[in-house]
Amino acid sequence: MSRLLQSLGAYTLTRLAYLGRMGLFLGYMIRGVLRPPGKYWPVVKQIHFIGTKSFFVIGFTAAFTGMVLGLQGYYTLAKFGSEGLLGSGVALSLIRELGPVLSALMVTGRAGSAMCAEIGIMRIDEQIDALECMAIDPYAYLITPKLLACLICLPLLTAFCDVVGIFGGYVIGVELLGVSPGAYLDGVYQSVVWEDVYMGIVKSLCFAVVMIWICTYKGYYAGLDEGNFGPEEVSRATTNAVVLSSVTILAGDYLVTSILL
Amino acid sequence: MNDLSRPAPDLITVRGLNSTYHRQQVLFDISFGIPSQQITVIMGVSGCGKTTLLRHLIGLKPTGPNQVLVDGRDLGAFTEEELRTYRRRIGVLFQSGALFNSMSVVDNIAVPLKVHTRLADETIRIMALIKLKLLGLADVGDYMPSQLSGGMRKRAGLARALAMDPEILFVDEPSSGLDPITAAGLDRLILELRDTLGMTIIVVTHELESAFHIADRMVVMDRGRLLAAGSSEEIRASSDPRVQQFLGRAADPVTVNPAGYLSRLAGRESGRV
Repeated sequence: MSRLLQSLGAYTLTRLAYLGRMGLFLGYMIRGVLRPPGKYWPVVKQIHFIGTKSFFVIGFTAAFTGMVLGLQGYYTLAKFGSEGLLGSGVALSLIRELGPVLSALMVTGRAGSAMCAEIGIMRIDEQIDALECMAIDPYAYLITPKLLACLICLPLLTAFCDVVGIFGGYVIGVELLGVSPGAYLDGVYQSVVWEDVYMGIVKSLCFAVVMIWICTYKGYYAGLDEGNFGPEEVSRATTNAVVLSSVTILAGDYLVTSILL
Repeated sequence: MNDLSRPAPDLITVRGLNSTYHRQQVLFDISFGIPSQQITVIMGVSGCGKTTLLRHLIGLKPTGPNQVLVDGRDLGAFTEEELRTYRRRIGVLFQSGALFNSMSVVDNIAVPLKVHTRLADETIRIMALIKLKLLGLADVGDYMPSQLSGGMRKRAGLARALAMDPEILFVDEPSSGLDPITAAGLDRLILELRDTLGMTIIVVTHELESAFHIADRMVVMDRGRLLAAGSSEEIRASSDPRVQQFLGRAADPVTVNPAGYLSRLAGRESGRV
């Protein structure tokens, strides 16, 4: 009986320690942002990696999501005779929900996993130790550029996603299903207000922080805990990072929505 | 440079250092001194805790109070700022070289220069190439680390450790994986660094020839304990049997009961084979 309690206690304490370590990591990450900026070139390189290279993926996702929304929305609205509201439906769904969430999930899968793996490999090859021994703060050198780049890129990618999605819905609704183009675009214009766009931007900023925090944290501490080491641990950490980021993004989506509504 | 009549003051002192890894103790009460501007070699059987000891000395593993003293100050009690100041005085070569895979060799050497100085990029590149030439790697500066052999990666790592001309150099297994000629060249370089720059150098190795060639002081460890510490003559004359076994390259005696061994292999008895 006491052995069960002991192992339960040990497990709880370890989990609490990990949680604390994660919180401290967030603190160091934010401190790196608030310090006077070092070089800007690493941030530019990260913007290229996270933002520019995700353009095609986001565009593709947005186009097909918009088209599906157009299709599904039309047949649902047709039951109530409200096909004219298709524009509003597609635009609001994208701007308030699907744009931020889908962009964040796509970027997590692409850039988040790559970041986690890169940092994880640096960790197991002692490269992060080498940085520390050269009196270089690994947070400022490795992680802060990624955070800044993501804070810049993700809202922009979200906006891009929204626009392409609305156009995708237009193509299906107007060209394929016969909704009046004027009704569609006027619906978009009338129903979207600043609060909706604001909600989308706030969400994408939150998701950016969450994604970078979790993915870089998992990479940074890959192989350091008891029983885990080596390349196998990097792949484990990357999988965990992407899964945890995605779930947190979805949960955070609900949280932010309920706060802002 | 080496004034043997007056003993050099110890730059780093280790006093009763104990260390654990995940609840298993790996260092037991280690005590010795590292003299300034001399070469100290830490030797021992694989797995005896040499690298753990090195990690304590460079501040990568948290140290207990008053167990490691640098210039008389407690390394275990260093604040972040003090640790950073200490690390600007040192250069470290890790066992695998620890080069950054995403940049070329010369860019790797340039990293500390770019972060800590305000020199122009061209100047930094020239300084990096000088260090590479010192280690015989002037031709491979623009290659990526993955394109180099293991030995070249190690030498590039040493070039990076020397980039800021450190006061103290820590080297983990410099000659392992190197051919005898390159290893001898490395030994000569280490001796030159001590003689011309007055660098304090700590070398962790198990290559006996290198060790005796370069050491001013030696420390022999086994299974987390200190066996002997002193000059190379004192170590050679040591009465400790394990030290003599290490120096004489004698394998551990085979003490296995054949019948018991077969039973354990076949799984009839529990326990390690």
